[in-house]
Amino acid sequence: MTRTEPNRSSKSDSENSGGGGGGTTAMRVIVPLQGVVQGRGGLFLGSVIPCAFFYFLQFYLKRNRKNEPDSGEPSPDSDPSSGSPDPTRSQSVGNLTELASLPRSLSRILLSPRLSGGAVSVSGRAGCVIKGGDSPYHVGQKRVEEDPYDESGNPDGVIELGSAHNTKMDWVSEDPGEAISDGLCMSGIASYEPCHGLIELKTAVAGFMSEATKNSVSFDPTQLVLTSGAASAIEILSFCLADSGNAFLVPTPCSPGYDRDVKWRTGVDLIHVPCRSADNFNISMLVLDRAFYQAKKRGVRIRGVIISNPWNPTGTLLSRENLYALLDFARERNIHIISNEVFAGSVHDEGGEFVSMAEVVDTEENVDRERVHIIYDLSKDLSFPGLRTAAIYSFNESVLSASRKLTTLSPVSSPTQHLLISAISSPKFVQRFVKTNRERLMRVYAELVKALKELGIECTRSSGGFFCWVDMRGFMSSYSEKGEIELWNKLLNIGKINVIPGSCCHCIEPGWFRLCFSNLSERDVPVVMNRIRKVCETCKSQN
Amino acid sequence: MRLIVPLQGVVQGRGGLFVGSLIPCCLFYFLQLYLKRRRSPPPPDSDSTELPRTSSRSSLFTRGNSIGRVRVSSRAAPLAKPPDSPYYIGLERVKTDPYDRVTNRDGIIQLGLAESTLCFDLLQRWMSDNLMESLMIQSDVDGGFDVSSIAMYQPFEGLLEVRVAFADFMSRIMGGNVSFDPSNMVITAGGTPAVEVLAFCLADHGNAFLIPSPYYPGFDRDIKFRTGIELIPVHCRSSDNFTVTVSALEQSLSQARKRGSKVSGILFSNPSNPVGNILSRETLHAILSFAQEKNIHVISDEIFAGSVYGDKEFVSMAEVAASGDFDKSRVHIIYGLSKDLSLPGFRTGVIYSFHEDVVSAAKKLMRFCSMPVPVQRILISLLSDTRFIEEYMAAHRQRIRDKHFLFVEGLKQLGIPCAESGGGLYCWVDMSSLLTSYSEKGELELFEKLLSVAKINATPGTACYCIEPGWFRCCFTALADEDIPVIMERIKLLAESSTS
Repeated sequence: MTRTEPNRSSKSDSENSGGGGGGTTAMRVIVPLQGVVQGRGGLFLGSVIPCAFFYFLQFYLKRNRKNEPDSGEPSPDSDPSSGSPDPTRSQSVGNLTELASLPRSLSRILLSPRLSGGAVSVSGRAGCVIKGGDSPYHVGQKRVEEDPYDESGNPDGVIELGSAHNTKMDWVSEDPGEAISDGLCMSGIASYEPCHGLIELKTAVAGFMSEATKNSVSFDPTQLVLTSGAASAIEILSFCLADSGNAFLVPTPCSPGYDRDVKWRTGVDLIHVPCRSADNFNISMLVLDRAFYQAKKRGVRIRGVIISNPWNPTGTLLSRENLYALLDFARERNIHIISNEVFAGSVHDEGGEFVSMAEVVDTEENVDRERVHIIYDLSKDLSFPGLRTAAIYSFNESVLSASRKLTTLSPVSSPTQHLLISAISSPKFVQRFVKTNRERLMRVYAELVKALKELGIECTRSSGGFFCWVDMRGFMSSYSEKGEIELWNKLLNIGKINVIPGSCCHCIEPGWFRLCFSNLSERDVPVVMNRIRKVCETCKSQN
Repeated sequence: MRLIVPLQGVVQGRGGLFVGSLIPCCLFYFLQLYLKRRRSPPPPDSDSTELPRTSSRSSLFTRGNSIGRVRVSSRAAPLAKPPDSPYYIGLERVKTDPYDRVTNRDGIIQLGLAESTLCFDLLQRWMSDNLMESLMIQSDVDGGFDVSSIAMYQPFEGLLEVRVAFADFMSRIMGGNVSFDPSNMVITAGGTPAVEVLAFCLADHGNAFLIPSPYYPGFDRDIKFRTGIELIPVHCRSSDNFTVTVSALEQSLSQARKRGSKVSGILFSNPSNPVGNILSRETLHAILSFAQEKNIHVISDEIFAGSVYGDKEFVSMAEVAASGDFDKSRVHIIYGLSKDLSLPGFRTGVIYSFHEDVVSAAKKLMRFCSMPVPVQRILISLLSDTRFIEEYMAAHRQRIRDKHFLFVEGLKQLGIPCAESGGGLYCWVDMSSLLTSYSEKGELELFEKLLSVAKINATPGTACYCIEPGWFRCCFTALADEDIPVIMERIKLLAESSTS
């Protein structure tokens, strides 16, 4: 409505600033009433427009109010302890189903009569967290927990090919006594120590990261902040880089964890940018650009782009050109880049060259380095998930100092720090470790791909990480998300293997699955293949 | 639906036309005026000295401020600045010049950090005897070391064994009158994340907690930083020995509601931090029935429950809640081992809640702050070693009592009184006699003098939102006996110089 008279708006703007109002910025909101204030004939417009606005607002409120019981009642949110007469509660439940992120407005609370003795309700955002547990990702994990495969003990159990463990390494068992007793001496572990990491540990981690990137770039320990796990590293970064209501661009398929890590507590939204199998799931700058503008048009402020390299779930490596293009894109739009390099040390393709974002920006000027933030996960590459240690590597001093303070909320405990220091301080150990890790991953991967090919199943070429991205489009009963979930169900119930369907990774094309091979040994590959074959046969007979 | 009223006239033609249009016009006008005033300071910094090569489009939406420089979020910006609370300023200062009995006798003595070194000898002994075994879980198959028991992903909320051990330990130190159910328990990586996760689950952005003040200065960070929850201090006075009263709670609640903020709960620590007094069973009853009447949550921070040294008995909120008169689901308890077992480096915290939804939400949020499995293994064997725990807790209490007596006695001789306390690793000292002016300014001056002249870091009451000036929190459990005369000497010198 305000746009109907652009001429007037600019005129009144200039008058406004001349009149000593002090506002030089465009204030289009002010336009309609300008007439009333300065008496220039706009009296009619100036009163009709706000009246109309107000009327519509009331209308809107009224309608929402009326719908309330409808949206509240059928909601399955079962809180047995909640007494239904509490209107605050039922309202929030209604909110949860549709407007998950909408905070409860004040007016409603003021209106609602105070009930004494009613059941107390949890916060709306906690409600969202509670509900976020029924995607195939979680269902599969639960099934594995209930009935895990064991070669000798439970040969019919569900084989976990879903989450990214790595059981290839047994570095602690090589010499557990020494690693632990060196690491854990009383003086260090029982007093307050910086929870963003001791400098000794940071130095060791920086060394480890350099080794993982084949020494192409050296990391500065003072730019590291350690956190308890990659999830909290991503959360802290999201918190520091974006405000509630802002968004990040995420090329898909992406890691299924982002939905929780980014959205749950920070209020930051994710905008998925689909990549297609036709491009071999490579990011296209054109699509990225389009997503950026569409979001901007909708009024959503984009604060950054999240990439993972090696790509989770496809396992591809981003080329140097790709990274430069991304950096240009970020520079042009003035946004951040979060580069998730948790699998940097698990590049298993001899031909593939892993280029860290840190290397790309190494030669750039400060302005550009400040927009790059890298996430690294020690528990992935060290195959020690129970240790829960990850790192943020950033060139931005504000981000670093804010994250350091935030690590009190997800600290790395001292025993863990000392254990790690003693484990990864020795360069020789690190070198040998990274090398063995690569070789083992390479062997299983080669075996798996060969076996899948024999079944007529293709996968994209994976060069890093613990996954391969498997194309099972041919086995779906219908080419849709429903068909994909059906196939996933069959794999879980008939084949008894847990894989992640593409829809969990927000893949736009149905029929792709993420298969995590790092917890398989070469012996297990035939077992898995037999089970997949069984599923494939039932699919074919049905078709 | 009072909101709809003004336009009712227009809609139904019942004479209210004038009012019905005047009111929205006025409202709209004021909205515009408000927006205008907020916008009015124009960005003065259009310094285009460093204009990099960017496309014309991008310069359109970087809006004037030095193009190309990427900005952090507005909520992170205040974090990146140096701290302004005296609590953190003091802690930072100590780091630059810490006191050492041998090497740096002129350094700053730390009385600001609640940590205890009193029983390190006992812990040391246990660790050297048992640490290795606690981590070396024998594999069932070949009898060797089973690395997967500590290395693999385990449930985020803590292994069942560790929760059972915690439940047992907590009921032991809380007098054995209350039992804890491991399934209501979530293990976190520290007390700080426990508080934050709980706050996140109980209140939405913009809601508030009532909190009896003086309160622990760290709460400001832990709770406000990310959850966007407001803390409304309920002022307690020295005449009540800083114990909260229901009438004060009532008053703060109605004031807050008048201001339009929604109060979701009451948060308090028991034994209280920084005063160190213990809430009686009657007070807990009163607080809980108040909460029930107002339909809000109760969060009881009982992290010092095992550091009770006085004659007064400690009663857990869990015990009161379990007495049957109340709706338990609103009661949530925070616990941790940093203070009672002197293991701050282990970063162990516990959320204990009677509310099913809170437990299940907290479990999921543990992906951000779960306790590493090796630490859990150590704790399982430490907490299940009941003989050691009995011995330790007895020694811990006795040694705090002795140290407390020494410290308070020393202050008394200087004519400086302390508030009556029965728990915690600190005492609440009334230094109002040393103030140059009885005001917040005078208190901060004294804090500065203590820090730079006397070289003592004590936390001033202002940092704890104490309404009366002149109170300081002094933690004495990291001191050796021979340090206490040094401190008293320094305070004495300061007192003399200020009176002369």
